[in-house]
Amino acid sequence: MSNYRIQGATGEWEVVIGLEVHAQVTSEAKLFSSSSTSFGAEPNTQVSLIDAAMPGMLPVPNQECIRQAVRTGMAINAQINKYSRFDRKNYFYADLPQGYQISQLYHPIVGEGELLIEADEKAGLPEDKVIGIERIHVEQDAGKLMHDQHPTMSYVDLNRCGVALMEIVSRPDMTSPAEAGAYLAKLRSILRYVGSCDGNMDQGSMRADVNVSVRRPGEPFGTRTETKNVNSVRFVMQVVEVEARRQVELIEDGGTVVQETRLFDPTSGTTRSMRSKEDAHDYRYFPDPDLLPVELDDAFLQECKASLPELPDAKRARYVETLGLTAYNARELTAEVETFARFETLLAETAKALGKDEAKLATQVANWSLSVAPGVLKSLGEEADPAHSTAEAQAKILKMQDAGEISGGQAKEIYEIVLKTGRDPEEVADAEGLKQVSDTGAIEAKIDEVLAANQDKVEQYRGGKDKLFGFFVGQTMKATQGKANPQVVNEILKQKLG
Amino acid sequence: MHPRPNTAFSVCRKLSNDDGLRRLRRYARKGGKRRQGAQGFIPNSRLGGHHDTHIRTRSVTDLTELGIKAIREGVKAGDFTAREVAEAFNASVAGAEKLNAFITATPEKALASADAVDADRAAGKALGSMAGVPLGIKDLFATEGVQTSAASHILEGFTPQYESTVSRKLWEAGAGMLGKVNLDQFAMGSSNESSYFGEVVSPWRKQGSDAKLAPGGSSGGSSAAVAARLAPAATGTDTGGSIRQPAAFTGITGIKPTYGRCSRWGIVAFASSLDQAGPMAKDVTDCAIMLEAMAGFDPKDSTSLDMPVPNWEAALSADLKGKKVGIPKEYRMDGLSADVAKAWDDGVQWLKDAGAEVVEISLPHTKYALASYYIIAPAEASSNLARYDGVRYGLRDLPEGANLQDMYAATRAAGFGDEVKRRILIGTYVLSAGFYDAYYNQAQKVRTLIQRDFTNAFEQCDVILAPTAPTAAFALGEKTGDPLEMYMGDVFSVPASLAGLPAMSVPSGLNAEGLPLGLQIIGKPFDEQGVLNAGLALEERAGFTAKPQKWW
Repeated sequence: MSNYRIQGATGEWEVVIGLEVHAQVTSEAKLFSSSSTSFGAEPNTQVSLIDAAMPGMLPVPNQECIRQAVRTGMAINAQINKYSRFDRKNYFYADLPQGYQISQLYHPIVGEGELLIEADEKAGLPEDKVIGIERIHVEQDAGKLMHDQHPTMSYVDLNRCGVALMEIVSRPDMTSPAEAGAYLAKLRSILRYVGSCDGNMDQGSMRADVNVSVRRPGEPFGTRTETKNVNSVRFVMQVVEVEARRQVELIEDGGTVVQETRLFDPTSGTTRSMRSKEDAHDYRYFPDPDLLPVELDDAFLQECKASLPELPDAKRARYVETLGLTAYNARELTAEVETFARFETLLAETAKALGKDEAKLATQVANWSLSVAPGVLKSLGEEADPAHSTAEAQAKILKMQDAGEISGGQAKEIYEIVLKTGRDPEEVADAEGLKQVSDTGAIEAKIDEVLAANQDKVEQYRGGKDKLFGFFVGQTMKATQGKANPQVVNEILKQKLG
Repeated sequence: MHPRPNTAFSVCRKLSNDDGLRRLRRYARKGGKRRQGAQGFIPNSRLGGHHDTHIRTRSVTDLTELGIKAIREGVKAGDFTAREVAEAFNASVAGAEKLNAFITATPEKALASADAVDADRAAGKALGSMAGVPLGIKDLFATEGVQTSAASHILEGFTPQYESTVSRKLWEAGAGMLGKVNLDQFAMGSSNESSYFGEVVSPWRKQGSDAKLAPGGSSGGSSAAVAARLAPAATGTDTGGSIRQPAAFTGITGIKPTYGRCSRWGIVAFASSLDQAGPMAKDVTDCAIMLEAMAGFDPKDSTSLDMPVPNWEAALSADLKGKKVGIPKEYRMDGLSADVAKAWDDGVQWLKDAGAEVVEISLPHTKYALASYYIIAPAEASSNLARYDGVRYGLRDLPEGANLQDMYAATRAAGFGDEVKRRILIGTYVLSAGFYDAYYNQAQKVRTLIQRDFTNAFEQCDVILAPTAPTAAFALGEKTGDPLEMYMGDVFSVPASLAGLPAMSVPSGLNAEGLPLGLQIIGKPFDEQGVLNAGLALEERAGFTAKPQKWW
C-alpha cells in the first residue's frame, strides 16, 4: 500500500486510480481492412472502402490483431477467452464513418490478469505491488478531425480509422501518482517486449484514460472522473496529482465530484470538464451481426504462447540470480527492449572475445552499458555517431580492459575516438598510446625513482603509516603519465616497501 | 440429372404465339417427366428436345418469353444471338415505364455483355452458365459505375467504384445487366411502396379491375420485371421474405438460399444477420442455374459459408419418393385466406403425388416470429444505416449555419423515407439502455427457439410446405396506412429468415380473382437441393402458365 496522502484542509485523503490504456496493435493492416497502419502518411491515403464505410462493405477480422491481443494477455498472465465476440458501439461523429465502433463489450478476448510494479524507493514505491487488470478487448480506432484547415468547416482524416487498438483496463488498484506512472511504464515495457504495440506515446500508439477518485482513508470509493487521452507517463502522474487535489479542494469546499469526462491540458497542467454523465451517449451496444464470434483453438493458443519472448519480470530475476547483477542494474537493463537487447548482445560478444563465461563478465558489461558508455555518448553529443558503437568494438574495449591492457580512463578515451571516427579500438589504443604500461622493468625503474625521491615518506611508511601506500601509487602513476597498470604498480610497491 | 441429347433451342413463328408456348410448357410438366417435344411443336430446350429445323424470323416478344436456360441454350446453339436477346429485353424495359420496375436502365451494359458472349461463342470459347442472359439487378447491389440507390434519396446519385460479389459472379458467368430494378427503400417493405423512386406497379390485375396492385416487396421491381417479361430473371434479396413474397404475388419463382450461401459483400445492408441474396426467375430450373452462379464462399464476407456450391441444376429431380414433407399446424392461422388455404391443400396433394410422405409437424414458436423479426431487423438496420450521414457520400443537407449535428439531422430527415425512419426509430429504441434486455435480448432468445423449432421439425421431415403469404397481392395504397397490417403479411416468410434456412416460393395457380398464389418450401440448412426438388415437383404439377395481360 502506498503511503501517498493528500493533505487537505480537513485532514488526509487517499487517491484511487484506475487506468484504461489504449494501445495500437502492431500490425501491417487494420483490424477489419487491409489498409496500411503506418504513421504520418498524407491524410486519407490509407483508407479502404471498408474504413470509409461505403455501402455494402463488410469487416473481416485481421488474424494478426487477434494474435497480438492474445499474446499480450498471456504476457500479463491473463485468462484468455476462447470465445469472444465483437459488439457495435453506436454513436454519430464525423470521424466514425460506420456510425459505430466495432469493439468488445460483452465478451472480451482477454479476461482477468495482473501486472507487477517493482519497489523503487527513489520513485516513491516502497515495495513491490501487483496491479489487477480487468480485461483487454480489441476495438477499432476512429479517424481524426482537423478543425484548423478551414474557417467554417472541419476536415476528416480517416487514416487511423479502423486501426486495431487493445483497450487494457486496470482495476482501481493504484493509490499514488508514482504507482500510476510505474504501471503505465511497466505495461508499455511488456507490450514492447511482446511486440504487440510499439509504445510510441508521442505518436498516439499508446494513450491512457485516467480514472481518479479520492476518499478518506478506510472509506468507500468516491465518485470518479475520467481524464481522456493522456499520452505520457509524466502526464498521467500529473493528471492524478492535479485531479486528486482538485477533487479534495472541491469536496472540502462543500462541493461534490460529478462523474464526468475531463481533458488534460499539458500547457496549463490542469484538467477541464469535457462532458458530464448526463450528456453521456447511450451507445446501444449489440453484437455485430457482420461478424462471427472469435473462437480460438488450443493449437492457436499454443502457438501464441510459444512465440512469447522472455518477459521483463523473468528477465530481471535471471539477471539477478544467474548473472549476479544488482537489483538496480537488473531493473535498469530490463526496462526497455533496446537496453536489454544491447546489453545481451554486448555480453555475448564480450564473452566470446574473452572466452569467458557470461556470468563472470556480466557486472562489468552492465556497468559499461548503464553508466560508462551512455556517459561518453552523452558528453560527445552530436560529435558521436552511434552507428560506430557496435557490440564488436565495445567488446574489444572491454577485452583490453579485462586483460589489463588499458585502464578505465583509457577505455573511455578509446570509446570516444571510436564513436567519433569508427576506428578500430585496438588500433586506436596502439596508435594513440592509450595503453597501460605493464612492463615490470620500466615500472620498477620509475618506482625506484619515486622511492629515492621520497626517502622520508618511505621511512614513515615502514614505521607503520600504511596510508602512505596510496601516495606512492599516485606518484608512480604520475611518473608514468597514468599509463602504468595499477595492479603491477601495487605488486612492485608492496615488494619494495617490504 | 439425365444427360441431354442436344439442348439446342429454336423458336419458330408458331411458337411465338403465347398460347402455343404455354401449352407446350403445360405438356412438358405433366406427369413430372420431361419428354421430347411432340405433335409438331418445336421443342423448348427445357424439354430436352433435339435440334430441329427452325425459321429465323421472330418477333421481339418471342425472346422475352424465354427463361435463363432457354436463352443460354439458344445462344449456345446459335439459334439466336445474345445481342438479339439483349435487344429484345431492352425494348421491353423501355416500353414498360408504367410499371416503374426499373430505377436505372442500362441497355448499353446489356448489349456489351451480350456482344462479349457472342464474340466468345464465335471464337469457340466455352460459355458460362448464364451466357447471354440479361438480368434485372435489384438496386441494392453495388454495381460499378452505375447508380446504386437502395431506392432512397440519401443514396440518390451514389455510384460505387466497386461491384458486389454476387453481381460480379453473374457477369463472370456471362450474364448482362438490363438495369437496376426498383425496391422498397433499403429493402424495407412488403409492397414496394416505400421506394423514393415511386411505387412499382404489378403487371397483374384482378379480373375485371384496373386497380393497381402491389408487386410485393421488397424485391418488387424484380418480381414485376420478371412477371412482365422485362427480364428473364432478376436478383433479389430476402431479409424477411423479400424474395418469396413478391415472387408469390407475381406468379414467378424465387429462392432465398441458406444464410451465408451468397456473399453479402457489396449489397447495401438492411439487417446483416438476415439478409440473403437469391434469384427470382420464371421457374425452378432457372432458379437453380442462377443460384449456382450467385453462390459461393467469399472471404470478404465473414458470415459467408465456406462450403462448395453443389451443382443444383444437374441434380434436380421431382421424384420425392422416400421424402417426408412437413405441414406446420401453427401456420393454419386466422387471416389465412380461403384461396391460399386451398392452394396449400393442392400443394400437399401434389407432393404426395410426387412420392412424398406428408406429416404434420409443429413449430410452436411461430406466433412470436413476427415480433422477434420486427425487433431484430430494425435493431440491426438502425446501426447499419448510421453510415448514411452526409459526410462522405450520398445526400448532404447542410442548412445555413448548421453544425455537425444539424447536418446529420437535416440530411437524414431529407434522405430517408417514412418506413426507413420508422424502423430506425424502432431499432434505436429496442437497443436503448433499459430496453435492450426486454426487447433485443428477448427477441434473440425467441429467435433461438424458432431455430430449435425447425431443428426439431426436421427430425421428422425433409422439407416443409407452407403458403408463402397469407393472401394474394393487395392493392397499392391498401395497407400503407397501417404498418402493422403490412408487417403481418410476412408471417409465413419470416420464420425461415430468422432460422437462416433455404426457402423458395413456387407459383401454385390463380385465385378466384385471377391473381397468382405462391407455395413455400422451407428446407434444412444447406439443403437447397431438397428445396429445389420439392419446388420442381410442385411446379410440374401446378402447371402454372398464366401471365399478366399486357396493359402497360
